[in-house]
Amino acid sequence: MSVLSDAEIEEIRHEMALYEDPQAATIEALNVVQNHRGWVSDESLEAAAEVVGVTPTQMEAVATFYNLIFRKPVGRNVIMICDSISCYLTGYESVRDHLKTSLGIDFGQTTSDNRFTLLPICCLGNCGNGPAMRVGNDYHGNLTPETIDTILADYV
Amino acid sequence: MAKITIDGRQYDVDETDNVLKVALSKGFDLPYFCWHPELHSVGACRQCAVKQYKNGDDTQGQIAMACMTPASDGSLFSISDNEAAEMRAQVVEWLMINHPHDCAVCEEGGECHLQDMTLMTGHTRRRYIGPKRTHRNQNLGPFISHEMNRCIACYRCVRYYRDYADGNDLRALGSHMNVYFGRDTDGPFENEFSGNLVEVCPTGVFTDKTLGAHYIRKWDLQNAPSICTHCSLGCNTSPGSRRGELRRIQNRYHGEINHYFLCDRGRFGAGFTTRDDRPRQPLSRSANNVLEPVAKDDAIAAVRQAIASGRAIGIGSPRASIEDNYALRHLLGAEHFVNGLSAAESRASHAVRDLLADNANHIATLREVESCDAVFVIGEDVTQTAPRLALSLRQSAKTKHFELARAANIPKWHARAVHEAGQHHYNPIFEATPAATRLQDITAESTHGDAQTIAQLAFAVASRLDSQAPAPSNVDDELLKRAEIIAETLRNATKPLIVVGTGLGDSDVVTAAGNVMKALTTANDAAQIFPTLLEANSLGMSLFDAPSIDHALTQVESGDVDTLVVNQNDIFERAPTHRVDAVLKNLKNLVVLDHSLTETTARADHVLPAGSFAEADGTLINNEGRAQRFFQVFISEGPIQETWRWCADLARALGRPVRWNGMDDLITAIVDELPQFAGIQDAAPSQSFRKAGMRFPRGTHRQAARTALYAEIDVRERRPEVDADSALSFSMEGYHGSELPSELLAYAYAPGWESNQQAITRFQDEVGGHLKMGDPGVRIMTSKDNGGYTKLPQTNSDGGGWRVAPRYHIFDSESQSARAPAIAERVNGRQITVNRASADKLGVADGDSLSITIDGDALSLPVAIDDSLGDQVIGIPIGSQGVSGVHAASQVEA
Ligand code: SF4
Ligand code: SF4
Ligand code: FES
Ligand code: FES
Repeated sequence: MSVLSDAEIEEIRHEMALYEDPQAATIEALNVVQNHRGWVSDESLEAAAEVVGVTPTQMEAVATFYNLIFRKPVGRNVIMICDSISCYLTGYESVRDHLKTSLGIDFGQTTSDNRFTLLPICCLGNCGNGPAMRVGNDYHGNLTPETIDTILADYV
Repeated sequence: MAKITIDGRQYDVDETDNVLKVALSKGFDLPYFCWHPELHSVGACRQCAVKQYKNGDDTQGQIAMACMTPASDGSLFSISDNEAAEMRAQVVEWLMINHPHDCAVCEEGGECHLQDMTLMTGHTRRRYIGPKRTHRNQNLGPFISHEMNRCIACYRCVRYYRDYADGNDLRALGSHMNVYFGRDTDGPFENEFSGNLVEVCPTGVFTDKTLGAHYIRKWDLQNAPSICTHCSLGCNTSPGSRRGELRRIQNRYHGEINHYFLCDRGRFGAGFTTRDDRPRQPLSRSANNVLEPVAKDDAIAAVRQAIASGRAIGIGSPRASIEDNYALRHLLGAEHFVNGLSAAESRASHAVRDLLADNANHIATLREVESCDAVFVIGEDVTQTAPRLALSLRQSAKTKHFELARAANIPKWHARAVHEAGQHHYNPIFEATPAATRLQDITAESTHGDAQTIAQLAFAVASRLDSQAPAPSNVDDELLKRAEIIAETLRNATKPLIVVGTGLGDSDVVTAAGNVMKALTTANDAAQIFPTLLEANSLGMSLFDAPSIDHALTQVESGDVDTLVVNQNDIFERAPTHRVDAVLKNLKNLVVLDHSLTETTARADHVLPAGSFAEADGTLINNEGRAQRFFQVFISEGPIQETWRWCADLARALGRPVRWNGMDDLITAIVDELPQFAGIQDAAPSQSFRKAGMRFPRGTHRQAARTALYAEIDVRERRPEVDADSALSFSMEGYHGSELPSELLAYAYAPGWESNQQAITRFQDEVGGHLKMGDPGVRIMTSKDNGGYTKLPQTNSDGGGWRVAPRYHIFDSESQSARAPAIAERVNGRQITVNRASADKLGVADGDSLSITIDGDALSLPVAIDDSLGDQVIGIPIGSQGVSGVHAASQVEA
């Protein structure tokens, strides 16, 4: 029995069917698992590898290359704050410090209520509006310590 | 041809090469990391920076990566340019930022490409004082140690393992500042060629764990040019020893055979020479029936007595040299000598001998295999029986990538672009084997069946290629369709290749391959044959023209013989156990000369400790009919000596004339008496050969502590031993120059280049080409055309019975490597295999134990379902955890 649900397996198979080389669905398989579980555990990575027909090492190589694939459990909302050059110049450091102190966590950590995980990320393509961050699938720009508090209040 | 200028001098070069390869070939010391002659260029490390100028007026120039720059006509470069040199020094400094600088405790030290490059670029002072990233290392099993902190992220390992060897359990994990080269979890690498990582990685990330267990620096090893004894391909190796103990096997470059790579059986299989249970003293069976050490003279006297008083027959061995076998034959007489092969293997090996003679001008070398564009593998699971061939076949499939790249104007060295151009397009490989093999990921089509079906298919292919070739009747349509496709593909290929082996112990399979070759070569002179046999000297044994071991057993059974003298052979591997048992019980005397405590050794009345490849000189004939010499690595303590020396001692004791004292006279005697071996004298320079009056060193110039090596035994320095058998010296003294004959090159070291894969460049005609002084060995097969096609064999159609598929395993099926502890650790339980229908018929499920009789012996093993097997076929594991001497015609009852 696979540790993956039937729905997950079916979605992965669907992705595989879209490519000439089914192994090209490796990334999508990881996305499917993460969409269902919030993150990708060792067991589900191995199970997904089996469905796609690659070795766990091949799957792991892809999983660990992309920083949007989470190989550890994350909170309900993942905050990814851009540390690339434009945001750095426009105030990244104060935003970062504010996030860390107000949430009481460092990068890679999750608040004890499981509400937020804080991660650094490279350029979000939102450079004109730096400093920028992403919370879940939403993008936020022109951040200041004050606006951050208001923005985060919406994520429960 | 193109002319390019480097540092003011003009060179004639091949314009399809890149500037790095050209510069190295011309003798420049140009640093690099990510490039490798077999893996080509990706331009990742930025270490090979040079200055390129637009024209003679351009004084500025611009930095270019030599490995990514074509050597096009008229181009101008400088290596010595200051800016380029400075960049190279910076690159190393930056690569070293995270490196732990732990050379003193690193097993790569002294043969490390990273050390070499650091020195070559002049980065000799560390300025960085910040923290370094560290990693957790993995336990990669018994072969390879892992120390990720030393990684410089050059990606050579994955480019070798993934792109070249097609392995899927080593990858670059992580990204940017945090890249990790390893597996998803701890565990041994699954690929059969993983050991090459030890040499491919330019740093100490991957090192040889078997060397680490009794570690010694490269410069302190005493080496010899040697030949791997674990299959028939004859890969060249450089075993290293210290204080009379073998420490490791390293690759020894041969431009036509193994070039840069060995298989894991060959690299890690030498541990059989250092086992505790190995006989190191002469032994005789005492009154209370145990083998006890005796003095050498007493042993000789006892064996002399046994031979003189009995009717003796000598049993030769395909794992021993021509010299050892000849000496035994000489001792007992030609008519009292058998080749030591099982009856079936002997027939198949003789068929291969004839096949080679018929096709003497079409025998591929292993290197040539890589450039063939269509392959038909007949019967053999080559990954398990001739492992290195599988790696070459993988390259032949990928030759398609180079062809497609050429059509798209992509240079052959542009590795990523070639890969993209090639994608999933491969040259066709057809396999006909009893079951699915490890090559199935690259085969165009596989046919699975018993030996008879495989032979039928091959005969059908021959008849489709040439209507003159006899066509098998009563072949089913499905098989005929396949034959049609295979024939069509081979016909259309530029350089088709036929691979066939003796693993099934079936000579019809071999003669069928002969018909395919005949049909192919009628139309295409470029067609090639590459046969494989089971052991290092199987082909050599077939050249003796002696009967198989069956003859010896029959002679004992009929009472004509009462004494067996066995040379490095385990009779239990060659015939059914109950039969061998009975024969041994009826013997008056069993004399065994061996270096391994086999079942036969354990039953002996007298044991003479024979030298293994490490303690002896000898000649082996590989699968292509190439005679190659291996040289003694060290002189062992105690009475271990070559079988041929034991035989000479015994002959003298028996009052028979012996014409030889050393290898030279012995080889002369062999060639005089057995003209089929003419040529073996040219396999290496004679023992009297000197250069500038000097011998050729086994030790490196930097061998340390010679004067104190045995100080705890005796403070006086030992005199170096004099080698009576070869032109090598047992010391660091001797000729180190550029005209060192390839056959005598014991190790590769060159000024500035200490790592094996890089230092060898200085001994090649061009990087990755042939050895400057010629690739070792001589082909001794003389051409003999047997004329027409071979007639079809009788087919037997006893529909009901079970048929045997011998199934080999790289780590279990070759008797000597299987005794090496590191190798043994990789064999976890062999099984009897059947398909589902057969399992149902036998009333067993996966994992159940199944008891069968095979050639009258009982065998009980767990069952594994393998649906690639045909109906009514039982896969029998060959080796220590299964049985030996089983072949396609073995009788099995379930
Ligand atoms: S492990 Fe070795 S070969 Fe692989 S990237 Fe690191 S240094 Fe290069
Ligand atoms: S076992 Fe065969 S393939 Fe492997 S290294 Fe030895 S000779 Fe080469
Ligand atoms: S640099 Fe921050 S979004 Fe581009
Ligand atoms: S060797 Fe040229 S960039 Fe690495």
